[in-house]
Amino acid sequence: MLETNPFSLLSEVVPTVVMQVFIIAMVLLIAFGTIIQMIHHKNLTYFFNNAKKAKLQATREVGAAEKAKIIAKTTVYDIGTTSELGFGKRRLAHVLGMYGTIIFWIASAMLVFCYTGADKTSSTLWSMLWHVGAILTCVGGFWFWFFLRVDVSAEAHPWYRIIKADLFVLALLACSTFGLAWSYTQFNGHVGLSFLFFALFVVSNLVLFGGVYWSKFAHMFYKPGAAIQKNLAEADGSRDNLPPPADAPEQFGLGIKREEPKHY
Amino acid sequence: MSTFVYMTRCDGCGHCVDICPSDIMHIDENIRRAKNIEPNFCWECYSCVKACPNHAIDVRGYADFAPMGHSVRVRREEEKGTISWKIKFRNGTTKDFVSPITTKPWGKKIKMIIETPLNK
Repeated sequence: MLETNPFSLLSEVVPTVVMQVFIIAMVLLIAFGTIIQMIHHKNLTYFFNNAKKAKLQATREVGAAEKAKIIAKTTVYDIGTTSELGFGKRRLAHVLGMYGTIIFWIASAMLVFCYTGADKTSSTLWSMLWHVGAILTCVGGFWFWFFLRVDVSAEAHPWYRIIKADLFVLALLACSTFGLAWSYTQFNGHVGLSFLFFALFVVSNLVLFGGVYWSKFAHMFYKPGAAIQKNLAEADGSRDNLPPPADAPEQFGLGIKREEPKHY
Repeated sequence: MSTFVYMTRCDGCGHCVDICPSDIMHIDENIRRAKNIEPNFCWECYSCVKACPNHAIDVRGYADFAPMGHSVRVRREEEKGTISWKIKFRNGTTKDFVSPITTKPWGKKIKMIIETPLNK
């Protein structure tokens, strides 16, 4: 199953061009939702105002080369490994879900545009990546959903309480889960079930990409921007008004180790 | 003076929710980040400000004595055992302070709510 391109079998029923148009439509929905959200929530205005404020409070000039180095380091370490989540389960679950989703989306586009159709060859690698991406998303996402959600773990709300912030993660999990279920049932020849899961896969994609304005989808664009701005502010001395790092007087000794926020 | 959260810095870890003695720091239902649900009931204890690992919580001063551009910011460095403060006055003057972290671990001096008998 892992080595089979699920879109290849689907192309016997649905024309390849329809699948390609669907993917393009989803990309346009992301752009549309994010732009509308930026206009309504004024996120971009906030970032620009913050950058202007930081420039006024800067104690030193950061050159272009240093700026590029900071941005590269932030991209590789802070964004690439979601370092803001510390060293724990939340970070691991987020990294699994993040890379799983990226692999899943890229593999979907590659399979539909390059390896699906009457005259196209199959690709074992991209088919494997599509399935692995979906599995990683499910592992990270369900781990987060059942065990790590902060409103459940720190506020003691029941795990089945669904809030608006869950729209993104649930739609993402539905996409990956129904995608895998569709691929499995299609591969094993369960025609009825495969159509059911395919329909659910399409609907969950529409909810995920059509709900960008209402969901947390756009955090994947804002968070990297915030991380870069934070590190640039540290470098130019403005530090968002934060005090400089302490020079650690020896008599202070070690502080206590931070505990999991589960003392309700 | 009540606390507020910079949403771009908050990662929704729940440390402020956990530590707030007034139980007014909660998780926002739309974006799963922390927020002060009742600024009027804030005791100004600074527990959440100090507990935040991302320096995402700040204190908003009352307009009669801290208008225009003042700030009170905290940097907590567990590995050094220090907590640093930077006070910025309205005229631009700044003062920096560094103190040891004196917080006690949970369970030794402070009982968990779940362990505290009701009606006593």
